[in-house]
Amino acid sequence: MSDATLFDALFGAGRHEVVIDGHFVCGPARLDDTPVAVIGTWDTAAVDGNLALAIAGEVLRVVEADAGGTPRPIVFIADTQGQALSRREELLGLNGCFAHVARCVDLARRSGHATLTLIHGEAVSGGFLAFGMLADRVVALPDAQVRVMDLRAMSRVTKIELERLQTLAKASPVFAPGADNYWRMGAVSTLWESTGGDWPAMLTAELAAARQVAGQDVRARTGAERGGRGLADIVAREVAGA
Amino acid sequence: MNSRRISYFEASARARVAALADAGSFREYCPPAERRTSPHLARLDAPVAFDDGVVVGSATVDGRPVLIAAQEGRFNGGAVGEVHGAKIRGLLERAAREKPAAVLLLVDSGGVRLHEANAGLIAISEIMRALMAAQAAGVPVFAFVGGSCGAFGGMGIVTRLCDEVIMSEEGRLGLSGPEVIETVKGVGEFDSRDRALVWRVTGGKLRRALGEATRLVDDDARDFRAAAIAALSNHRRAPADLADLKAAQAALARRRSAHPETRDGLEVWRALGLPQPEAVPMLSSDAFNRQLHELSAEA
Repeated sequence: MSDATLFDALFGAGRHEVVIDGHFVCGPARLDDTPVAVIGTWDTAAVDGNLALAIAGEVLRVVEADAGGTPRPIVFIADTQGQALSRREELLGLNGCFAHVARCVDLARRSGHATLTLIHGEAVSGGFLAFGMLADRVVALPDAQVRVMDLRAMSRVTKIELERLQTLAKASPVFAPGADNYWRMGAVSTLWESTGGDWPAMLTAELAAARQVAGQDVRARTGAERGGRGLADIVAREVAGA
Repeated sequence: MNSRRISYFEASARARVAALADAGSFREYCPPAERRTSPHLARLDAPVAFDDGVVVGSATVDGRPVLIAAQEGRFNGGAVGEVHGAKIRGLLERAAREKPAAVLLLVDSGGVRLHEANAGLIAISEIMRALMAAQAAGVPVFAFVGGSCGAFGGMGIVTRLCDEVIMSEEGRLGLSGPEVIETVKGVGEFDSRDRALVWRVTGGKLRRALGEATRLVDDDARDFRAAAIAALSNHRRAPADLADLKAAQAALARRRSAHPETRDGLEVWRALGLPQPEAVPMLSSDAFNRQLHELSAEA
């Protein structure tokens, strides 16, 4: 789904003022009578420092505007090919910009904003880590891709033949790209597999579910229940001693 | 605690823990005897480690209780897999409950372990959330970067979430490694074999000059311990509330406009007004810290 048709489908035509500005997307919308804030990346963005600061700045504006009132739910849109690859960005500390975005999302959570990420298009590696994966709930829209690296590049780095990786990928969700694998491992809460259906109602239900788990990280437990990640929860609890 | 110099860069994760902690104080959680190895590496016939490349436990430093995690850069480049990541996450969750004086993260990692990439990426996100939860519970987290793998990928982000970042010049901090940038964008963008350039773009002195590393020390485990002790009594706090984060946002934007075309640390030394920019890579950390201090005193 391209352009603003996504936001028409999510909120209904005329019920949002989401603006797409290059690789940055943001604006207010409504679900029934509830105002929500939409913030995110667009068109398989390579997330650089300027885009990271645009996201962080918008999160801070929403938190500040709602201070003392009712914190609006924040719907993040993740559509990213990953972090920008550039010597200049490295020198200026792109990792620090991403950490800053993460802190801003955490502030929003602590300030009572429900947080939900919609993966639209692609969610890759660092661009996904910075904000999308920090929301309390993550929904993969139809045809969404989630990955760290494609199998050919992985084959080069790990020196394991591509054919072997392809065979193993079918049996193991642990390294193969795919929103369904992230679902099995607990990092994607829900897969929306069809463009049919009442998306505004589904989104409302997802935001209610996000509120229920706010502040808890249930992904490892969910991954164990879905059979995609057997050890993360057990080992973390063993070390945490709780 | 040894009185002889121990190269932090060359030391193993366990040797670093022994050098930072008070003698005999370290207690390991999930030790190698429990054989928590990675099932995903085993499935690929890749070597496994009984600690999955990270040591976690409790200790005292100068008598104060801390929790410590140390990544082993010599095992798969310190990369984060499911078990490795879960151990660090669990340690941070323990910290939020037990409230030690600090959590010390001895980072030495290229980021996500590709053999179990999805599990590693999710684990790093879980570490980020657990780290911020520990900080919100009042526990400071200090990162130490001085190993051969530096702090890259998601571990570069985790490092920058910490309250203090203690580095040696040998340590490197960034997001995408020079090899990755060169492979995708070409040698003209970043020549990963130009080691001097790599350090001028990612090394401890640049990170200290930009204010990302809070303390720069020499490559000596005793100096890392001294910095840990100093940070335990007086440390920077990572920005957390709205006012802090607005100030951090403004500072990051200012940095980008203050260095509009910069692609080499040498230009940062010149812009800062360091007396001999070309000589910076050869300076001891003491001499470099003194020059930075004199500049800030003049300003």
